[in-house]
Amino acid sequence: MKVSRRRVLATAAGAVALGRTAAMQSPAPAPAASDPSKAPGRPARTLGQRAAFEKPQRITRGATGSQTPHQDLYGTITPADLHFERHHAGVPEIDPRSYSLLIHGMVERPMMFTLADLKRFPSVSRVCFLECSGNFNRAAPPETTPQQLAGMTSQSEWTGVMLSTLFREVGARPQATWFLAEGHDAALLARSIPVEKAFDDAMIAYAQNGEAIRPEQGYPARLLLPGWEGNSNVKWIRRIELSDRPFMTREETSKYTDPLANDTARIFSFVMDARSLITYPAYPVTLTRGWVEINGIAWSGYGKIQRVDVSTDAGRSWASAKLQEPVLPKAHTRFRHLWKWDGGEAIVLSRAVDETGYVQPPRAELLKTRGPGAANYHLNPVTGWLVRSDGAVVYNQEAWG
Amino acid sequence: MIAIVACAIAAFAAQTPQMPATLGIGRPAMPAEISAWDIDVRPDGVGLPPGRGAVTEGETIYAARCASCHGKTGKEGPNDRLVGREPGDAFPFGRDPQRPKTIGSYWPYATTVFDYIRRAMPPNAPGSLQSGEIYGLVAYLLFLNDLIPADAVMDATSLPKVVMPARDRFVPDPRGGPKSVNPRSRP
Repeated sequence: MKVSRRRVLATAAGAVALGRTAAMQSPAPAPAASDPSKAPGRPARTLGQRAAFEKPQRITRGATGSQTPHQDLYGTITPADLHFERHHAGVPEIDPRSYSLLIHGMVERPMMFTLADLKRFPSVSRVCFLECSGNFNRAAPPETTPQQLAGMTSQSEWTGVMLSTLFREVGARPQATWFLAEGHDAALLARSIPVEKAFDDAMIAYAQNGEAIRPEQGYPARLLLPGWEGNSNVKWIRRIELSDRPFMTREETSKYTDPLANDTARIFSFVMDARSLITYPAYPVTLTRGWVEINGIAWSGYGKIQRVDVSTDAGRSWASAKLQEPVLPKAHTRFRHLWKWDGGEAIVLSRAVDETGYVQPPRAELLKTRGPGAANYHLNPVTGWLVRSDGAVVYNQEAWG
Repeated sequence: MIAIVACAIAAFAAQTPQMPATLGIGRPAMPAEISAWDIDVRPDGVGLPPGRGAVTEGETIYAARCASCHGKTGKEGPNDRLVGREPGDAFPFGRDPQRPKTIGSYWPYATTVFDYIRRAMPPNAPGSLQSGEIYGLVAYLLFLNDLIPADAVMDATSLPKVVMPARDRFVPDPRGGPKSVNPRSRP
């Protein structure tokens, strides 16, 4: 299909008018040579780069994390260099030539696999989200972007070997019900995982979006547990030990547990429940009156997104958004809803429903179960944006507790 | 026509090898390789190394290697607060976001303290502490949390016997999944 340059320019102008991306709002670079058809362009090069006008960036949270700029992205795949990070002792540099994965414990044959070994096994690719269980900010002020609110979920196409293939290779014993996954970072980060997950859909991934995994995502190989909290997807994985009970590591006891209002705490709460995030319109966009395509992403660790409801009247009424096909299980799903903004103050919300029938809960419902002291783990309330009558869009702040 | 399709399927099936039980990729792991990396410690004590450490020995190591991040008595920070009990060993963490999750108030197993120090502490030199030093540090931290007496010695036998106040506060995740379809929210 031939697309006229005029049409491209018109679309770009529209995007600027809508204030669509943060990059578009930063000071424009000096104008390029006025007419690119009057001089030859630059020659081929060995590594591509983004257009000089596009500068999407992660924002860092201290030294141990960074967040994906959802307001600058389209579709569902997160460019690998914009995938969120979270690590507990920095990003290690691992030489793939000396990398090995040890699998031992309750197995018939304890074995070592080099990276080349892992790549010799039958491989699989799948698209899925990866989300830090702490991907929420209870105290988010009105001046909060989608990146700041929920920038610790990202999506990639991962390639690797099914963990079940490796477990067959080493002869996992039937009595083994848990395994320890341990990384080769300076925290030797370790989590206990039910063996059931290994025989469901767990992978040892060595590629991300068509190339080797980025160091921040676990180079040269990581555990991938589709739909489960990010921390359990152990990066830089070097050891797996099968056992008949969990190991009760520091992360899975004192950190990634969820206190409840009834004076207990959930442990091994692996699955990320359904959630949605409107990425446009959102702070710091300013709307102009007329048609607005509300859009965002929805995801569930339990399977496919079945429906996303959008409200433009603070939750009094809801309409089903259009879902972008293909809708994949445990994957960011793009939703879109056309809305005519008439210039009045409006609260725009989204609510995900997954294939199990689970409905993303309102904040009050979460609070009732989890309590006002809830850690930021596994908080997935319905959230949205307040459109002021002057068109300014801010985070629809709701008090927690 | 049906016969042709059947032939085609048969031919295709013949070309797709069955996945063998094993593929013969990788090599056996040597016992020495396994023991060099196998550092985890379970709540039942499996994995705890030989050696022992007393509260007083841990006090010295704590002052030198830990106090700058965790405070002179484990309460002052700036990093994670390690010491302190809740009145009556209550567990108010879901109700009150201000309550510090210390070893004495929140950690369900004493063995985890050993496992974590051996893995990751101190952050500027992880893996530098000897087993006896770690036992001593664990002993000192448990003592500061009023969980063991001042003359206690921790080793592979005594450490798993320390019962933590929060041990029975942790409950399985009830949210369910596709196998237990619940049309309502599971907050």
